[in-house]
Amino acid sequence: MDILSWDGTLSSGDFRLAACAFMQKWKSVMSAFPPWSWVPCPKQPWGASASHDVEGYLSLENIILSCYAQEEHDEISCPQKEETSCSEKEELIDIATLVQSNCSKVPYYDLHIIYSASYRVPVLFFRAYYSDGEPLGFNAIEKDLPAHSAKALLDSKWTFITQEEHPYLNRPWFKLHPCGTSEWMKLLFHVDVSVAKNGVTIELYLLSWLSVVGQVVGLRIPLEMLNQP
Amino acid sequence: MMEARKYVWEGAIPLQIHLHESEVTTLPPPLPALILAPRIGYLPLLVPHIKPHFSSTLPPGIDTVWFDYKGLPLKWYIPTGILFDLLCAEPERPWNLTVHFRGYPGNILIPCEGEDSVKWSFINSLKEAAYIINGNCKSVMNMSQPDQVELWRSVINGNLEAYIRVSSKLKLGTVGDEYAADLYSSSLNSRQSIGDTDSTGQVKTGRVPIRLYVWSVNEDFDDLEDAPQIDSWDKISYINRPVEIHGEEGKCFTLLDAVKSLLPEYFPYKSLNNEESSREEDKDEEKVPSENLSEHVESCYSSDDAEVKLVRIQGIEPKLEIPFSWVVNNLVNPEHFLHLCVCLKLPQVKIPSDT
Repeated sequence: MDILSWDGTLSSGDFRLAACAFMQKWKSVMSAFPPWSWVPCPKQPWGASASHDVEGYLSLENIILSCYAQEEHDEISCPQKEETSCSEKEELIDIATLVQSNCSKVPYYDLHIIYSASYRVPVLFFRAYYSDGEPLGFNAIEKDLPAHSAKALLDSKWTFITQEEHPYLNRPWFKLHPCGTSEWMKLLFHVDVSVAKNGVTIELYLLSWLSVVGQVVGLRIPLEMLNQP
Repeated sequence: MMEARKYVWEGAIPLQIHLHESEVTTLPPPLPALILAPRIGYLPLLVPHIKPHFSSTLPPGIDTVWFDYKGLPLKWYIPTGILFDLLCAEPERPWNLTVHFRGYPGNILIPCEGEDSVKWSFINSLKEAAYIINGNCKSVMNMSQPDQVELWRSVINGNLEAYIRVSSKLKLGTVGDEYAADLYSSSLNSRQSIGDTDSTGQVKTGRVPIRLYVWSVNEDFDDLEDAPQIDSWDKISYINRPVEIHGEEGKCFTLLDAVKSLLPEYFPYKSLNNEESSREEDKDEEKVPSENLSEHVESCYSSDDAEVKLVRIQGIEPKLEIPFSWVVNNLVNPEHFLHLCVCLKLPQVKIPSDT
């Protein structure tokens, strides 16, 4: 693929290839996280099989993303997970307030990466809920986002969050709007000369893309990992 | 061309709107509201006209308006005409809907805060259509504020002239005038236009914004009344994918061609006209995938193919051989998407004898 004339977009076939490469890379780069899975989507609810163009999306569910995750989660034992008496709960809550969070209020995220045939780029869909299953509304999610980087992204014309229907699941999810994606993906790859030289655009596409959009939900992908073959 | 578009813009569905019984606090209960809903409009836009009819009987609280048809919550961002075409196989006149002012099903429907939400959704779709047609959203994003207001007002008021005035600035074009003047002939086989390049040397492809809603039946039915009721959105397959028009010498790209191209697993076509094959120089390589495909298809299905039983657009069921370009130019919605409601009869699947 000629980097210079590339417009930052992917065909749906390329997306499928990119997804396979992405799942592999993720396992080695982000081993602390569970792996992504590919959810094949027969277009029809009545279960059509046989497709030369297997449609589907990437899914990573039930994960903790925010700064709560790495630092505090290991230290605090979650009250819900074990039977505690009243006084024990109070103790845990006291500790929690010191570290600014109550464990039961740690949001869990479901992330889906879905190809948009209109924009010819991947789109991040996500939803968040507390451990008791209570979903987070838009305001709660905004508050939960890591302060600086996310704010910059959200203020830019290129990335903003909307609530829309999931293309396959008939439920409202949050979506990171795709209309600027091809532009900044193009820039991303122009800037990274090593990628241009190796011509490995498709394999690195999703990980690079996620390294940018993931920041909006507090997902940090160490950039140096992207330069590994 | 103007005639057909005018009819589309003037099309309306008579609605009979009942207040949900749980929200009726007075006796006798209020009569249903009767209202003519523009096909190209959206249900939430009717609320200011409906609410006065019921406001004296509503329980106290904040309004969160939503509609249902036979218990199915209606997706407010789908134009009214399409909801009707999709959910009423046999058109029901007036269409009986239930309105709720409380208890919004936020786990099923995305939130709606009245006209602003609908406008946002409309502009968003328009941007998406612009991106599909032009490769960027610039023309929509650069619309002046007065133009945006006028465009939206023209949609709400069903004013086609005003709409054309503003929307022509968006350069979203029409299929057909880019290729040839005559819409009814094979206007898509003009070689020079397929190969047209713009200033950056990139070839323009004809991408048409489409929203396809597919529901299926297993058996033939003679009467639409016998068609199964859609009682869940999970029974409808929603496909938001552009159709790529590739003109073939001497052939007209028909509506049926377009529908089949969107359902490749049911209509494996002989010439793969997607991006992957266009990069393939080697004809042999091109053949192999389709051979594998037809083998695979044969093992799953009997000799019957799936059959397109019904394609409904703006309430009409055109002959499937109609030139697709005509359909696009005349039956498209104001946000530049063509919405197609398709009923597919599934092929009979061979059941293995050992089950």
